[in-house]
Amino acid sequence: MNIRSILLLSLSSFTTLLISACSDQAKLPILGPREAVEIKNPDGSSSVDTLYKTIPAFRFLNQDSTVITNDTFKDKIYIADFFFTSCSSICPTMHRHMKEIFEDYKDNDEVMFLSHTIDYKYDKPSVLKKYATKLGVDGKQWQFAYGTKDSIYKIAEKDYLVAVIEDSTEKEIYVHQGWLMLIDKKKRLRGAYEGTDEKSVAQLKKDIAVLLKEEEEAK
Amino acid sequence: MRRSFLFLLITITFSCMIYSCQNAAKLQQDIAYVNGRDVYIRHCQSCHGVNGEGLALLAPPLTDTTFLKDNKSKIACFIKNGISDTTLVINGQQYDGKMPDFNLANIDIAQLIVYITNNFGNKQGMYTPDQVAKDLANCP
Repeated sequence: MNIRSILLLSLSSFTTLLISACSDQAKLPILGPREAVEIKNPDGSSSVDTLYKTIPAFRFLNQDSTVITNDTFKDKIYIADFFFTSCSSICPTMHRHMKEIFEDYKDNDEVMFLSHTIDYKYDKPSVLKKYATKLGVDGKQWQFAYGTKDSIYKIAEKDYLVAVIEDSTEKEIYVHQGWLMLIDKKKRLRGAYEGTDEKSVAQLKKDIAVLLKEEEEAK
Repeated sequence: MRRSFLFLLITITFSCMIYSCQNAAKLQQDIAYVNGRDVYIRHCQSCHGVNGEGLALLAPPLTDTTFLKDNKSKIACFIKNGISDTTLVINGQQYDGKMPDFNLANIDIAQLIVYITNNFGNKQGMYTPDQVAKDLANCP
């Protein structure tokens, strides 16, 4: 092999890489565990399909004390997080960033926001309402969810893959991660972003646009 | 000639001394300011923001220079004991939320006050741990 053919080979492989990088850019990854399942086709044959992790049915009270379920988020992409109103460490920064995104997508009926409180003792719907109002959030686009400890902590860890702990030795009792999770219209996890990190939030803003485009094309 | 040269030398020496004194005070303040910034980033920035802009009606801004001037002796108490059941009017806006208490040493509180009151449009100069101790003794 002479130098010229090596050069040609590397050039062509580089070009292929470039092209494939372009076409991949339009899709976000699907996060979480997955399994292969056998499905029956209409013609009687069977094939293997991938079953992705999805957010299961849920039922919480929101800041207006009305029931919200997974149907509230039907045909929406949404950003979910876990917080509590008296948190002074990471939550204010998370919600400062979420509010920016909320302002960007205000009145876009395909985008919603869901903040779950992990302070099931104090953050009753009326407290959540007061918090939302002070944050400058009105209407149904941003839901603040209140539920039992079991239901909220289980959905956080098992489904949104966000760690939350009640630890009475900590000054603020509740400890949690600051992830903002991006959920698509099929209830699948499509991204996890550190809500306290400027760069990560900038990536989320870009990824929302990418996901909306993907949902548009799937219609 | 010799006399005027001597006079010039003495004048220069004295002005240098005065200048360096001022510089030493400024240096103390700069050190406090930089340390205060670290304390601010760690404990305050999440709610009050990088530029002291606050967070909607949840946390007030630190840009009300008149408020900070009028309440200077209360700032140490606000930080050490937190704020609850009090409505503050800041930049003409009412804030009635809670602020948590931060159990910091007097030196940290002093440096934090130097940072806040010489940033975000404020320009109030040096504040010492002794002044903080005096303020804390008079907390309501």
